[in-house]
Amino acid sequence: RTLTRTSAPEALIAPPGVPTPGRIESALPPRREGPAKLTGQAKYADDLVFPGAWYGATVRSTEAHARLLGIDLDPDFDWSRVAVITAADIPGDNVVSLIRDDQPILVPIGGEIRHQTEALCLVAAADRETLRAAKRHLTVRTERLPAVFDPLESTEEISHLEVGRGDLEAGFAEAELVIEGTYRVGHQEQLYIENQAMIAVPRPDGGVTVHGSCQCPYYIHRALKRSLQLTDAQAVVVQAETGGGFGGKEEYPSMIALHAALLARKVGKPVRMIYDRHEDLSATTKRHPAVIHHRTGVTRDGRLVAQEIDVVMDAGAYCTLTPVVLSRGVIHAGGPYRCENVRIRGRSMATNTPPNGAFRGFGAPQTEFAAEMQVNRIAEALDLSPLELRRSWAYREGDLTPTSQVLRESVAAVDVLEAAAEASDFGRHSEQTRRAREARQPSARLASGIGMAMGWHGAGFTGSGEVHIAGVASVELTDSGAVRVLTAQTEMGQGTKTIFPQLVAAELGLESEAVETAPQDTSIVPNSGPTVASRTAMVVGGLIIKAARRLRAQVEAVTDRPFADSYRDFALEHGAMRVNEQFEPYPNVEFDDATYTGDAYPAFGWACAVARVDVDLDTGEVTVRDVVSADDAGRIIHPILAEGQVEGGTLQAIGYATIEEIKLVDGRYLNDRLATYLIPTALDAPRIESILVEKPFSGAPHGAKGIGELPMDVGAPAVVAAIHDATGVWIHDLPATPERILAAMTGAPAPGAPGVSAPAPERGAA
Amino acid sequence: MSYRFFVNGDPVEVEVPGMRRLLDVLREDLALTGTKEGCGEGECGACSVLLDGAVVDACLVPICQVDGTSVRTVEGLGTQEQLNDLQAAFLETGGAQCGICTPGMLMAAEAFLATGAAASDEAIREAIAGNLCRCTGYTKIVEAIARAAEQRRSSGTAPL
Repeated sequence: RTLTRTSAPEALIAPPGVPTPGRIESALPPRREGPAKLTGQAKYADDLVFPGAWYGATVRSTEAHARLLGIDLDPDFDWSRVAVITAADIPGDNVVSLIRDDQPILVPIGGEIRHQTEALCLVAAADRETLRAAKRHLTVRTERLPAVFDPLESTEEISHLEVGRGDLEAGFAEAELVIEGTYRVGHQEQLYIENQAMIAVPRPDGGVTVHGSCQCPYYIHRALKRSLQLTDAQAVVVQAETGGGFGGKEEYPSMIALHAALLARKVGKPVRMIYDRHEDLSATTKRHPAVIHHRTGVTRDGRLVAQEIDVVMDAGAYCTLTPVVLSRGVIHAGGPYRCENVRIRGRSMATNTPPNGAFRGFGAPQTEFAAEMQVNRIAEALDLSPLELRRSWAYREGDLTPTSQVLRESVAAVDVLEAAAEASDFGRHSEQTRRAREARQPSARLASGIGMAMGWHGAGFTGSGEVHIAGVASVELTDSGAVRVLTAQTEMGQGTKTIFPQLVAAELGLESEAVETAPQDTSIVPNSGPTVASRTAMVVGGLIIKAARRLRAQVEAVTDRPFADSYRDFALEHGAMRVNEQFEPYPNVEFDDATYTGDAYPAFGWACAVARVDVDLDTGEVTVRDVVSADDAGRIIHPILAEGQVEGGTLQAIGYATIEEIKLVDGRYLNDRLATYLIPTALDAPRIESILVEKPFSGAPHGAKGIGELPMDVGAPAVVAAIHDATGVWIHDLPATPERILAAMTGAPAPGAPGVSAPAPERGAA
Repeated sequence: MSYRFFVNGDPVEVEVPGMRRLLDVLREDLALTGTKEGCGEGECGACSVLLDGAVVDACLVPICQVDGTSVRTVEGLGTQEQLNDLQAAFLETGGAQCGICTPGMLMAAEAFLATGAAASDEAIREAIAGNLCRCTGYTKIVEAIARAAEQRRSSGTAPL
């Protein structure tokens, strides 16, 4: 483990005697819920027992685009043992409440089916056998409509966006070399190992309590209130232990919770909706496919003078979170490089495929792949080392981004670049692979290569997002003398339940074990915002530190003794005390939504990955041997957990680069099983070395930025650069499968574009 | 049909159809929910348990094949208060994140450790190649298993 420290801004230098926020080097607390997980005692949704619960199921479309004419129940079947719900049974608005009111909970009769696997009606029964039988005796009548699968052919725009500054024409006029490239990336599945799961339990007050696997309990709370016409108190959402999310459990759980709740209220009993892997893969959201075109102007001596970038994202059938994904993708599309003349245009288009949504990186892995491909190709064209070129282009403090954000502080682009280059011995290995390539015989079977990529990732919500969320978090001294942290931030493996007590304990002068976390239950904790966008450690971590400071001051003002020595006495004498802390904009961080200019993020994280691969020249098979990832997420709260984020994110990026691809026919995912959608195993995984670089952000009281998404942005382009170093060919489409590599090496036709469905097979064809 | 076998050393008898999955018998009939379902088709290894010491996917084993055998699940390792050495190594190294693959991963690792084979990086990775993890990148899992192997060797508890 390497911790590379860089100089901290003044504000972070703690006065003598005051503990560094969140930093107890000598006693790093183990994962809080670790013992429960390691003994099988942690309760995930499917482990929860509700006596008398029924089983719920979703009847889905088997067409990409159609009119729903009717749903027919077989009159010979005994429907008295089954509950059926259609759109007509929804008491409130028939929409899954998110950004735009376009996605129905269930398609109404006469309504438009916009994708394969769209939910049409719901059934529930007391046992699984009856449920299966009921589904067999239910017929859906439809009228097929023409479908659109390619976002470039779609005429239905979901959102568009343009950012830029400088004079693009003047920039290209100055350019001595213009490099163009089109890059395509397909869907990627989050593939949390715990499938989506929700259990709805009717409440005596006419409402419903939903227990399930999710990242954002308050998204579900809002959706339930609106569509079931419930009050705040009647809709209760309780997070069960959650077996991974990666964005996949940001918005889709609202849909499942609505389905389960509708059935539970009809049946009057708890209803379990536990997806199996096939349903989860075929119906839930994926990473957005994208087509990204770059035109870059450089001078012969290697100055970047113009960047023109067009981004098209495939939203799938509904809006979901697409405009926000697109905006993050567009803002990051230039890469972490200074350029005076830049224009980035983005649009997201609807297609008749299942809706795409949040996935770690949220638009940035797509656009940063393209940006890094472009940088590596330019280095080759200029005969410069990709390391040298990045050294020269990388953002420094004071530089301006495409939204005209001045990078005032916490800019670690060069730091991560140097750290990764040194740890990977990039220069020496590059020289070795170059010599090997020059000496290679035509009969050679194996080639090795090394590749590099850099990235940046804005921490927290884009633009004014955090201001709109206005999250509230609390720290409480209970009347029994316990200290409790109350937030809606969910634990899904990343370590929230460990670092929050750690941060609060450090402020109060307590051991981490002395601080509890309240359960993620909307009837107990305030809405501190969703657990997404690498915001938990930075934004909500900052709120609870401020709350803890106020709690400490208030208690000490009364007791006149250090908090740690007096809080129990205080509680016995004066009872409970709770401090609520609401988000306030970071100093000097301003964004103009109308012109899309200003501080798009309060701070950025920075990353650089170097990958080494072996390529089998006969089969095109790639083995990623090792990856060095240097990441700056500001002050690191818990190095082991932070490394875990880097290692896991890096392997997801390698899967994205090499094997993870969804094939579609007629808008339906073909590889919708774990036997056909592959993710890396322990044998596929390279040795991953993570280097944590610390360049603190002064706006957060603890100096932390976000780390969850950052490593996902850089792994794929590093691997593809290494494949190029080994083979001499550039793979413009992800994933770089053996088929694409061999096609590029031999000039054979490449497989189709990733993410685009083949048309429906001719009906009645032999 | 009635089937008798041992779970974590205790004799059990269940009255279920012979083709009922061992996974469902454990989770639903015996309320041992530590064993998880990730895919139901033997790809992810989340439901790994030991059947007479061998790693199996409990989603692929019909209960009729379990009759007369000895099954070991995560509940048969240490407790929250007293983790066994392997569980403790996972906790110390950060080998568990979301935790859903962890019970299966632990059982695959226990089977590997029981062979007494040298705990090289390659050997450990081979031993858990049937267990998918999406959180860790496997780095810290491999480290945890290596640490437990070393501890068992130095304390003389590794089998010969």
